[in-house]
Amino acid sequence: MSAPLDLPRWADTVLVPAISVVAAFLVAGLVVLAIGENPLTATRWLLQGSLGTGEGLGFTLFYMTDFIFVGLAVAVAYHAGLFNIGGEGQATLAGLGIALVLNNLTFLPGFLLIPLGILGAAAFGALWAAIPGYLQAKRGSHIVITTIMFNWLASVLIVYLLVNVLREPQSMNPETRAFPEQSYIPFMHDVFAAVGIEIPNSQLNLTLVLALAAAYFVWLLIYRSRLGYAIRVVGSNPSAAVYAGISPARIIIIAMVISGALAGGLAVNELMGYQHRLLLEFTSGYGFVGIAVALMGRAHPVGIILASLLFGILYQGGAELAFEQPAITRDMVVVIGGIIILFAGALDGLFRRLVAHLFARQKLARA
Amino acid sequence: MSPAIELIAINKSFGAVHANRDVNLSVARGTIHGIVGENGAGKSTLMSILYGFYEADSGEIRVNGKPIAIRSPDDAIQAGIGMVHQHFMLVEPLSVVENVMLGAEGGAMLRVGEAKVRAELARLAKDYGLEIDVDATVGDLSVGLQQRVEILKALYRGADILILDEPTAVLTPPEADALFGLLRSLKEQGKTVILITHKLREIMAITDRVSVMRRGEMVATVETANTSPPELAELMVGRRVLLRVEKAEKTPGAPLLEVDNLSVVDGRGVLRVASASFTIRAGEIVGIAGVAGNGQSELLEAIAGMRQPVLGSIRLEGKAIHSSEHNPHRMRQLGLLHVPEDRLRTGLVPAFPAFESAILGFSHEPHLGRGPILDHDRLVADLAQKMEQYDVRPPAPRLKSSKFSGGNQQKIVLAREIERNPKVLLVGQPTRGVDIGAIEFIHRRLIALRDAGVAILLVSVELDEIMNLSDRILTMCGGKITGERKASQTNEQELGLLMAGVVDEAA
Repeated sequence: MSAPLDLPRWADTVLVPAISVVAAFLVAGLVVLAIGENPLTATRWLLQGSLGTGEGLGFTLFYMTDFIFVGLAVAVAYHAGLFNIGGEGQATLAGLGIALVLNNLTFLPGFLLIPLGILGAAAFGALWAAIPGYLQAKRGSHIVITTIMFNWLASVLIVYLLVNVLREPQSMNPETRAFPEQSYIPFMHDVFAAVGIEIPNSQLNLTLVLALAAAYFVWLLIYRSRLGYAIRVVGSNPSAAVYAGISPARIIIIAMVISGALAGGLAVNELMGYQHRLLLEFTSGYGFVGIAVALMGRAHPVGIILASLLFGILYQGGAELAFEQPAITRDMVVVIGGIIILFAGALDGLFRRLVAHLFARQKLARA
Repeated sequence: MSPAIELIAINKSFGAVHANRDVNLSVARGTIHGIVGENGAGKSTLMSILYGFYEADSGEIRVNGKPIAIRSPDDAIQAGIGMVHQHFMLVEPLSVVENVMLGAEGGAMLRVGEAKVRAELARLAKDYGLEIDVDATVGDLSVGLQQRVEILKALYRGADILILDEPTAVLTPPEADALFGLLRSLKEQGKTVILITHKLREIMAITDRVSVMRRGEMVATVETANTSPPELAELMVGRRVLLRVEKAEKTPGAPLLEVDNLSVVDGRGVLRVASASFTIRAGEIVGIAGVAGNGQSELLEAIAGMRQPVLGSIRLEGKAIHSSEHNPHRMRQLGLLHVPEDRLRTGLVPAFPAFESAILGFSHEPHLGRGPILDHDRLVADLAQKMEQYDVRPPAPRLKSSKFSGGNQQKIVLAREIERNPKVLLVGQPTRGVDIGAIEFIHRRLIALRDAGVAILLVSVELDEIMNLSDRILTMCGGKITGERKASQTNEQELGLLMAGVVDEAA
């Protein structure tokens, strides 16, 4: 018998994460203080740079789009009891899928090519996740180990392909030629301009809408569908799954396929929405940020959207901060991000226990 | 003479739960004192306070008349209190001597301590008839003997007062008899024994006095000689209960489930079920009696399709089940439903709201939703209706499955399976951890199903339950079916011998 960990829903989903973030910022503030800078100014730059200007906001939302996809990817696997660390590799392969589709079907019109490119991303991401899924389901190879290894395989494979196969002969850069123009996912500023609204230019593109749609799809899948039911049974009670006639092996593979396809969204946003070519290391480690996002968002799509926004602010605001206050280097910003991950992920349980304790005491006082 | 143990006005709360409320208990020296109560009545909490696992919020503990503070099990041992837990705290790869020594080695070198332990064990064996091979590896001993090691550990540490928590849950009837013999000889030597159990038969058989707990309070302490099981049951529940459900004689119908030569091997390659063969007819309850861990669980799972048997076959309504369709999904479609032994690990998903647990195994049924999407409103409404029929409390379909008491969880599982009109129903431990009031309800339901022509296979470690409900009884030991008896023509002693592996001359 331990102290009950029961919390009202709002406290569980809003209060506890909020406390985590505040605590993280306090500790990060101490770090900033330690290197002789003013934490309040730093915070001001952080928020100013990410939310204070239209352009900054655009970049924040662009990063948020990336994080929503990888966060959802981690969350779907998590509901099946799997820890998919392979978002990086899956997104990398998704990028290859995009390049192969777009640069081979250049004759197609945009309204066909864009959906095909997205499907290509999903299919390649899914395939790269399905192999570790299969190995886990049928061979018992631990998914954490295999997905990490598949990240390395993906990164080596893409270097080889870009250097030896896909590179344009006359180019010195390990990257493909530019995608056909009709395959570009429209920038948000162009979309708004088309209806006569002026917004500042940024990388933000319509993939954000796709990300929000994906979040709704994941919610429907996990919490409302028969398949999602089976996924959650496998994740939270494997022996109940066997009893129920649900094959854990089959569900593990399916969940990984969906997870990998979602990770592909990162490539869609980065390549079809912004870079318009396949290049090295376009994933920038965001696949790993997805783990923090999913943890902080409690593997729920709404939580993931909010956590993605927070990390978007951190990435965009952090870049501004490093620019405005040279003493706070890019590495410092990474440290601050790490502190947030630490508090939101690892120390989350600490605050949850604390808050639960307070609630129990209050209830007792009222009784 | 002051009592061995006195607990005065003990209070203990966990969060909002008042687990012990002004509990008083007085245990006379040299007696066997029983404590009974339903699950969650506060027995274990009270004993944990006495043994130093928890500290009481308020109240006083006196041992032999002296008030003492017990803050840890060490304090309890110092005060001469020993405890034998339901789940043994033994190191299986070590020998009996080493286990007894553990934590009381008496110095950095083992040789001196070991000699002392050997001498002491020899004395205990002489005084109490506690004989045991002191060099045997504990993991190789039978459960009854492992329990004996636990008792030896407590006595070696100088326990005058011995607390036993549900000691017979894992024993065969002959082993239980041996334990009771031992407890009596401990008593004759002046030791005090506190026995926690929910088996009223044991209370009547061995205790001098018995205290009854209900909802955290001590409701009565009576001389065992002046009470009866129905009276104790009424004190425990707070209302009259029927301990034995009436059932009419009935002639069974056609064979619905035929098991032929079924053998099951577990993941480690150990043979768990060896060539089991039997038939269950419509309108018949066949009970499987056996000590936990003798292959009953594996037998149930194999019939349900959760495990592939290595040999043998089953027939349902006369039709052979091919191994390719022998899976839980298909068996459900064919009308073989299953109330699994372990509700929390298998029968439902503790983290899910009750209405989701209430479709476990049936989430594919078309009428539960539209296309790939489940209709939650409908699931909630369905369960609300079943909760009313089965008197589930609280009747809250959206409440987390883990928040219901054991009895109510079991009712949710039973409702799920029974309401789908089984032809054959496999039932594992239907009343494990279920309070007496709900037991009566569950037993009535099972009898009603049998009267409606369902073939029921009942597995239970409660011999009383098997004897009350079954028409026929099979006994299992070491994976083999060791005997078959008509329930009306057998008794506990005979079944006990069969469960212990004494091979039936008739088989």
